[in-house]
Amino acid sequence: MPRYVARQLANMLVTLLVVSMLVFALNELTPGDVARKLLGPYASQEQVDVLYEELGLDQPVAVRYAEWLGKALTGDFGESYVHRRAVSEVLWDRLANTLLLAAVSFAVIVPFSVLLGVLAGMRERSPIDRSVSVFSSVCASIPEFAMGVFLLAIFVVWLGVLPGTSPLTTSGGWPVWSQFVLPVLVVTFYDAGYLISMIRTSMVEVMRQPYVRTAVLKGMPFRRVVTRHAMRNAIITPFTVILLQLNYLVSGLVVVETVFAYPGFGRLMLEAALAKDIAVIEAGALVAVAVTMLTQLIGDLGYMALDPRIRV
Amino acid sequence: MNDVGQDIARPAERSLAEAGAETRNAGRLARLRRAATASSVGTIGAAIVGFWVFCAIFAPWIAPYPPNQVDPALVADPYPSADHWLGVDHLGRDIASRLVWGARTVLTVAPVAVLGAAALGTMLGLLAGYRGGRTDAVIMRVGDTLLAFPKIILYLIVIARFGASALNIVLVITLTAAPIIARIVRAVTLDVKNRDYVAAARLRGESTFYILAYEILPNARGPLAVDFFLRLGYTIIAIGVLGFLGVGLPPPDPDWGGMVKEAYGMIFVWPHMTLIPAAAISSLVIGFNFLAAGLREAELDG
Repeated sequence: MPRYVARQLANMLVTLLVVSMLVFALNELTPGDVARKLLGPYASQEQVDVLYEELGLDQPVAVRYAEWLGKALTGDFGESYVHRRAVSEVLWDRLANTLLLAAVSFAVIVPFSVLLGVLAGMRERSPIDRSVSVFSSVCASIPEFAMGVFLLAIFVVWLGVLPGTSPLTTSGGWPVWSQFVLPVLVVTFYDAGYLISMIRTSMVEVMRQPYVRTAVLKGMPFRRVVTRHAMRNAIITPFTVILLQLNYLVSGLVVVETVFAYPGFGRLMLEAALAKDIAVIEAGALVAVAVTMLTQLIGDLGYMALDPRIRV
Repeated sequence: MNDVGQDIARPAERSLAEAGAETRNAGRLARLRRAATASSVGTIGAAIVGFWVFCAIFAPWIAPYPPNQVDPALVADPYPSADHWLGVDHLGRDIASRLVWGARTVLTVAPVAVLGAAALGTMLGLLAGYRGGRTDAVIMRVGDTLLAFPKIILYLIVIARFGASALNIVLVITLTAAPIIARIVRAVTLDVKNRDYVAAARLRGESTFYILAYEILPNARGPLAVDFFLRLGYTIIAIGVLGFLGVGLPPPDPDWGGMVKEAYGMIFVWPHMTLIPAAAISSLVIGFNFLAAGLREAELDG
């Protein structure tokens, strides 16, 4: 086990290194552009040249990459020219906000989808199964921005019971908790659609197992068969998928954050992309990939813990 | 780690096991017809998709107005009326016409992107599975690195660097989808490459290309077909999302996600300008996902 973790961590470091090279090369292979982007189209060529030297852009790419990497390892990702602050200051704040939103959503999504998935999968092709399947398929089909717009039209424009933006301040007159309701709902509908169908499939497979049939035939009440015998095994397989949703929840929230003006990591990346804020893009890409790989590793470990048959 | 986690994470790959790979005798059209009629879900999906495909093909004849025709006088009363039966947007452009032309845009870009990904992914998957060894390791390693990027972040990085255009969207979608398709094809290839009929073909002296294309690839048809429609759905969402985030197809040509974005600020005054395109994109994705569900059932039964 420790060897497995060590190998995966090493694997992760290599991938991160490759990713950092790719992103760096993509953005800074033509250094003239960097200075030009920073100063905007109206700066004179002299100004561009001065900045060019100040930033050390006259150095070879390899040297600049090594310097950037060295600083990045100490947590110094340079300065965001949009925010006029160190990237690390902006980044961690925004990431914390997104993690908060992700945690709340996760706490809603998991019980909701386990419940519906198990209900649907315990009797294959029953009316419940059909309706839950259609429901989850429809939910997973509606893009988050469309779902956001629909919910906004109902709860904000029509009923007026919830705030339409979530800046996480009380200046709009709405308490902070109420600003979480709509973003969490949107994420739940979109994401649960997928999870429900995974759990349903797994539940259907478990219910076909001989040991379930034995339990039913020996006269055990159906409810008990489901809750005691089938459910636990049905949740093992989707467990990894559930944890992979954490990854979506951290970096896939761009849309929801944009719809509701939520100050999170995804919107930071979007703004950086639109403004070509290179330092932020580079740091954000690394963070996003690291989060993805970490959740995968945790998922695998959890999977092994749940299912003792799997050993490395 | 990838072996445990990722296989479960990809529904298309699971369906591979479910669908079984033995569907070589049915023609492509026959299978589609079966998908459309095998279940009510499939029928509904086919109807929705058919409607939008019809709109896309006949856009110039159906659309009552030119999609970019601005008429400020109409903004005074933008709501649906006899002349503009879905109303007009904040610039007085006819929403119905823009929807119809938008269908044409999305139903061109999405299939091109998915077909590109399928072609690239199939080739790499066949190669990785059949050759094995170092080829396999390199291809899968590169694929894993691409998959390590959260998709939308990758879009943002590429589009920040190269700008937004239909071509870049197609390229980015191809890049992110090809590794997944390669995994599906590779799994099938590994499964069948040691069967007798493949060995027989090799002994007959067939070329590697022939073996890959005619002996191995047909086995992947079922899973690839299901994946194709699911992926079309995802891709339409992705194109819509990019449009909504303002990094999609450049204006003024109608693009559903972009229409939602443009009118979004006015949702309190004129909600229909936002809700109608949002409903349009949702319906199209639902259509494709239902069609994929029908197809999967047809594969299971057939």
